[in-house]
Amino acid sequence: MTPMPPGLETLDFRFAGTRAVPSFAPVLVGVVGSGNLEVMLEPGDGADCAVRVQTSARGFAPIWQAVLDDFHRRHGLAGVRVSINDMGATPAVVSLRLDQAVQELRP
Amino acid sequence: MDTKARDRAARLAAAREALGARLAGKRVDTGAIVDLLHAVLRPGDRVCLEGNNQKQADFLAKALVQLDPARIHDLHLVQSVIALPEHLDVFERGIASLLDFSFSGPQGARLAKLLSAGRLRVGAIHTYLELFARYFVDLTPKVSLIAAQAADAHGNLYTGPNTEDTPAIVEATAFSGGIVIAQVNELLPEGGALPRVDVPADWVDMVVLAPTPHFIEPLFTRDPAQISEIQVLMAMMAIKGIYAEYGVQRLNHGIGFDTAAIELLLPTYGESLGLKGKICRHWALNPHPALIPAIEAGWVESVHSFGSELGMEDYLRARSDVFFTGPDGSLRSNRAFCQAAGHYACDLFIGSTLQMDLMGNSSTATLGRIAGFGGAPNMGADARGRRHASPAWLKAGQEARAHQRGAAATPRGRKLVVQMVETFREHMQPAFVETLDAWELQRQAGMDLPPIMIYGDDVTHVLTEEGIANLLLCRDDAEREQAIRGVAGYTAVGLGRDHRAAENLRDRGVIRRPGDLGIDPRLATRNLLAARGMRDLVRASGGLYRPPKRFRNW
Repeated sequence: MTPMPPGLETLDFRFAGTRAVPSFAPVLVGVVGSGNLEVMLEPGDGADCAVRVQTSARGFAPIWQAVLDDFHRRHGLAGVRVSINDMGATPAVVSLRLDQAVQELRP
Repeated sequence: MDTKARDRAARLAAAREALGARLAGKRVDTGAIVDLLHAVLRPGDRVCLEGNNQKQADFLAKALVQLDPARIHDLHLVQSVIALPEHLDVFERGIASLLDFSFSGPQGARLAKLLSAGRLRVGAIHTYLELFARYFVDLTPKVSLIAAQAADAHGNLYTGPNTEDTPAIVEATAFSGGIVIAQVNELLPEGGALPRVDVPADWVDMVVLAPTPHFIEPLFTRDPAQISEIQVLMAMMAIKGIYAEYGVQRLNHGIGFDTAAIELLLPTYGESLGLKGKICRHWALNPHPALIPAIEAGWVESVHSFGSELGMEDYLRARSDVFFTGPDGSLRSNRAFCQAAGHYACDLFIGSTLQMDLMGNSSTATLGRIAGFGGAPNMGADARGRRHASPAWLKAGQEARAHQRGAAATPRGRKLVVQMVETFREHMQPAFVETLDAWELQRQAGMDLPPIMIYGDDVTHVLTEEGIANLLLCRDDAEREQAIRGVAGYTAVGLGRDHRAAENLRDRGVIRRPGDLGIDPRLATRNLLAARGMRDLVRASGGLYRPPKRFRNW
């Protein structure tokens, strides 16, 4: 187990991808600051899109699920690992950062 | 009969007797103020202790608190804003017992406590225009304690840029046999001339020099540095999806970062859409520093203001072609006239709220606080008495009546009332709720009505980061509910939408997403703001805007 600062919640999600992304350099957008978040995209194993969320705002798993469902519906990424470090960003900011990160994807 | 005139004469005679040499003409010694109030007031008097949104008659408020409750008690306070602790101290001390007001933002929690403890009774919570109207019907002040910048030797008053409520208060009091007492920051010597006369000496009974200048709150200053990308996105949607769509020329903006973002996008994003001269030419608005870049870019033809804003004095003077100013050059504000302008002469109001329900009712009232709404309900309501037409008003009216029959289909226009809210506020508080806190507050405080700020049937558009819901196009309450759910994002209300119904509404243009408007959310960056911090605003003003110290953060 990775030691974590108290108060952080870790959430894992996995989606069956449909859009394979050619190999790409890791992408990082956003900053970890109050009401904001950092999104990192890295090449992942297999055809799934795996998302790990570490957030200071505990207890919002159903909202993360809904936000990420919609994200996956928009992009359907396959073979991508998404890491999110969140400090209480609203769903609107989360969706915006995710879309900004996908826009940066380049082989 | 002349009972009012005789009563007035008796009170003024009592003041002369009590003050002796401490009263010279209309001038009262600063140290004699408590004796003066004891002499002119009677138990049960209706008193206006000028409390504005910004300017406060704070010296007179402190004096009123010092009265002997055995002599003066059960006063009925009738003033727009409960802003200072002293405004409630007079109730705690038993000097006043009944209150009619409009807004109590900073004192809302204490007001609720005093009410539940039975220390005060509330006549009603009004909108500004309502309260001013009642000054001339059944809430006429017997004694008004007002604030002005300066008085000359005769008692003429110069209010300075923050005239605010003063004209309405003085008019009601002076012409109904009442007594007007003014605190001033400056007393001119014999022969000294005021920059201009805002209140003629005829209407003023006593003038007292305050030991310190009256307090003014810089209420409308928003630092552009705190505007978020989501607010930029929503501002883009407002400009393209509503202002351009209806050709809105005359408008009022509520207070906040959401509307500051719109003001700062006009010279950039608005310009890129070719909208200059086509929208936003005439405003009922306080002098928002965030409007400076649009004014400098030539977007704005006129601004009439409720009050002023600290630090804007020199800029207003230099832009007398845009702002209402006196022959002396300084701003003349007037809350009553500006509220009337906002209600009757503006085609659009856009503002924010804390909560909205499924019918579109919205409220900033929260449990444990009695705050009132000030002017928002006057701005954010269809003006049923309006008869003049404008393209924006007609288009909104056509949309509203297209699906009506009979009397409701009679051609008339409609005010655009836009509620602009992020689906979640700070700390993930949802802006959309099944039931407003207002209902519980009504039960707690025993009010006649739930404190709703803007009624759902007055709201025409709900704008969130997820899209715009045009409620004018909704044919029934079920559609209205789905339209609101359809822009409520990931709140419980939003997640509870009927997806098929929402898509149908989108096909009909009732719901429009950023993409439907040709807006790419990824392009909504802070780089679009015409000013990204206070320093940029100062620069845009050519150095004329001088922000208060707490905003000088560079």
